[in-house]
Amino acid sequence: MSDQTHMPAGHDLAPGDEEQHSVGARILGYVVGLALALLLTATSFFIAGTDLVWQPSIPVALIVLAIAQMGVHLVFFLHITTGPDNTNNVLALAFGLLVVFLVVGGTVWIMAHLNANMPPMDQIMPMRR
Amino acid sequence: MAMTTTAGRAHADPHHIGLVIEHPGPASKRIVTAYGFWVFLLSDIVMFSCFFAAYAVLAGQTAGGPKGSEIFEPRNVAIETVCLLLSSFTCGMASIAADVRNRFWFYLGMAVTCGLGVVFLIIEFREFADLVSRGYGPSRSAFLTAFFSLVGCHGLHVSAGVLWLLTMVAQVFAKGFRADILRRMMCFALFWHALDIIWVAVFSVVYLLGSGA
Repeated sequence: MSDQTHMPAGHDLAPGDEEQHSVGARILGYVVGLALALLLTATSFFIAGTDLVWQPSIPVALIVLAIAQMGVHLVFFLHITTGPDNTNNVLALAFGLLVVFLVVGGTVWIMAHLNANMPPMDQIMPMRR
Repeated sequence: MAMTTTAGRAHADPHHIGLVIEHPGPASKRIVTAYGFWVFLLSDIVMFSCFFAAYAVLAGQTAGGPKGSEIFEPRNVAIETVCLLLSSFTCGMASIAADVRNRFWFYLGMAVTCGLGVVFLIIEFREFADLVSRGYGPSRSAFLTAFFSLVGCHGLHVSAGVLWLLTMVAQVFAKGFRADILRRMMCFALFWHALDIIWVAVFSVVYLLGSGA
C-alpha cells in the first residue's frame, strides 16, 4: 500500500496522448509499431497466396492476423493502453467493439439462416405474380 | 507514515486502489476534446461495420458478373497498404514534432504523410476507373455495389483526411503551435491512425479473403 501512494495523482489521459516520455522513447514506440505492423501485413499477404498451409485455415489465420494488427495500431499509434489513466478510453472502445460485433456478427448470422430457410429464387418469383 | 497519510485521504480513495486523487477538478480541455473525438471515431467505426456487414452478406451475389478473385490485384493492394502504414508512421513523427514545436520536422512529416495519402488515393482511383471502364461498375452486381460502397467510403475518408492535413499545415504556418491548434493536430492524428485500422480490416476481409474465395 505504502509504495503505491507515491504514484502520480490519477489524472486521465487523452486518447492518442502518451505518458511523459522523452522524444527518443516516443519515436522508438512508433518504430516498433511500424515494424510489427509491416511484419503482420507481410504475413497476411504471404498466407493469402501460399499453398504451404492447410487451405481451410487461411481465412481464420487472416482474421486473427488482422485483429492482431489492429491491436498493434491501437497500442503503438493510438496509445490506448490498460493503464488506470486510460480507463475511459478503453471503456469507450469496448462499447464500440460490442456494437461492431453485434452488427457484423448478427447480420451474418441472421442472413445466413434466412438464406438457408428460403426456397430458391426461381420458386419465389412465380409466387409474386 | 504512509498509513497515516493514507488514512487522512481515505475519502479520496474510497475503493483502496492505491491512487490518491487530490480533487483534480474537471479534466483539461485537451483531454475533453480528444475524448469527444475518440467517441466520434468509434461511431465512425460502427458505421463502417455496417458496410462490412453488407459486404459480408453480398460478397457471393455476383449475378453472373466477376468474382472478387477475378478483379483484385494483390500487388496494388500491397502498395496501398504500405503507403498507409508508412503514412501512419510519418503522421506520428509529425505529431511528436508538433508537441516539441519543431517546425521543420512537422512540415516534413506532414508533407510525407500527404504524399503517401495521395499515392494511395491515385492507386485506388485508377483501380475504380479501370473496373468501371471494363463494365464492372457498382451497378453490375450486388457484390460490386457493396465493394464500391465499402472501399469508396474508406477512400472518401482518406480524401477528407488529406484536406484536413493541408488545413493543419496552413494553420500551423499562419498561427504557430498554439494550444488550440495542437488539439486539432491531435484529433487529426487520431483520425489518420483510425483510417489505417479500418484499412487493415478492408484489405484482410475484402482483398485477401476475397481473392482466396
